[in-house]
Amino acid sequence: MPRITFIEPSGERRVINAPIGISLMEAAVQNGVQGILALCGGACACGTCHVYVEATWFPRLEAREEMEEGMLECAWEPRGNSRLSCQIHVTADLEGLEVTVPQRQGVI
Amino acid sequence: MISTIVVVGGGQAGAQAIDTLRREGFTGRLLLIGDEPELPYQRPPLSKKYLSGELTADRLPFRHRAFYEEHRVELRLGLQAVALDPGARRVELADGEVLSYDRLLLALGSSVRRLICPGADLPGVHYLRTVADVMLIRAAIKPGRRAVIIGGGYIGLETAATCRYMGCEVTVLELADRVMNRVVAPCVSQFFEQEHRAQGIHISCNTRVTRLEGAGCVEHVVCADGSKVAADLVIVGVGAIATTALASAAGLACDNGIIVDEYCRTSDEAIFAAGDCCNHPSLRFGRRVRIESVDNAFEQAKSAAFNLLDRKIAHDRVPWFWSDQYDCKLLIAGLSEDYDRQVLRGDPATRSFSVCYLKGSELIAVEAVNHSKDYMAGRKLIAERAQMNLAKLANPDLAIKDAVAELA
Repeated sequence: MPRITFIEPSGERRVINAPIGISLMEAAVQNGVQGILALCGGACACGTCHVYVEATWFPRLEAREEMEEGMLECAWEPRGNSRLSCQIHVTADLEGLEVTVPQRQGVI
Repeated sequence: MISTIVVVGGGQAGAQAIDTLRREGFTGRLLLIGDEPELPYQRPPLSKKYLSGELTADRLPFRHRAFYEEHRVELRLGLQAVALDPGARRVELADGEVLSYDRLLLALGSSVRRLICPGADLPGVHYLRTVADVMLIRAAIKPGRRAVIIGGGYIGLETAATCRYMGCEVTVLELADRVMNRVVAPCVSQFFEQEHRAQGIHISCNTRVTRLEGAGCVEHVVCADGSKVAADLVIVGVGAIATTALASAAGLACDNGIIVDEYCRTSDEAIFAAGDCCNHPSLRFGRRVRIESVDNAFEQAKSAAFNLLDRKIAHDRVPWFWSDQYDCKLLIAGLSEDYDRQVLRGDPATRSFSVCYLKGSELIAVEAVNHSKDYMAGRKLIAERAQMNLAKLANPDLAIKDAVAELA
């Protein structure tokens, strides 16, 4: 299981072992990472599992699809490295991935 | 002093209230009572990826058992709360246990509306609300079997799509003149009817079911015009009703749900309610509403948890909803009743479009098909009570946020 670091809104670094085959969002929720709400359970319908991907990692992930792009546009403080963690699938290649959880989730 | 809080209801709202209570520092005795045997779990996948088997049971619960142990939450699962005595501040469970509380949260959810007609209780007639329901349906679905879905709402259509995906012959019978007629605009209904028909589903609107027939098991659905639809299984999705029996028997005010104020408080000062079961004032929409959605259950339970701890927070959110059918995603923000006009953005033929609802020139709802941008912008602008410029709004090449009317 790849080790993935979440920097929680409080600044705390949480390193989790993420099971391969599920989404990054599910791995975060299972491990009680603070600030990932994931209200829709991964349907790309709520925009509440937003994370900022560490710059060197961002281009290594699969690109955002149009639906995700649209969700992120009105998310709380979107940035160029924003992703919805429900759209990132955990693979062995993600060993060492680092993401930051925003201060807030949702549209406002 | 608040030393014991009892939460009745193990769905989205109950689970969220527990989480927020502990996170906000409640250290007293905390109990969660749920009438299903499972740990609190997500319901939305039930008609979709859980029914199809793509999502396994271990991925449904919000939290593992360890979470409840770690947060000292006493679980009473598979047990119904059968009586409530607000005077004595006691709730009684089906096994006879009586629990005293200082504060009580009712997160009772909603229950399926039952079909009332001869034959409605025949074996082979299913409802879809719980994990247990889905296990029965899944066992009945086999490629080539004829599934008749009664009701063309969210649950009916999502289930129809999943049954089709699993190889069934599927017929949807809808009483109204179009599917999802209570929740979406005619062009959205039409779009989804076309999608379903293209997948080989038979949809029959303006169709009233009068009885179900079969020798030992359902075999036919008989309609008001005398037509008969052959069925190996029937799934009924004709809406849900607020679960209020416990509250109304205890004398709490109920009217299409348990009546609460904006602080989630019922007519008894020690009892709060949240989620599908309650009827609350919407400050944004200026009327009482009862909302069946994950988002409302989550947000209202969160607000209720603060209020349970005497930290007043009004629940006032713009509701949102979604539905997945095949590769189409319907996203809805706001409440569309009481609108003055609808504005179509884009062309349904492109399979990505939206419908905006205006009251005067104020945006009150957005329905988006495969168009997350309009939906998310809508959620924001509806909350802000944005006034829209009609001509700009009707231009799909302009973003919704750029169609806000300039202030005079």
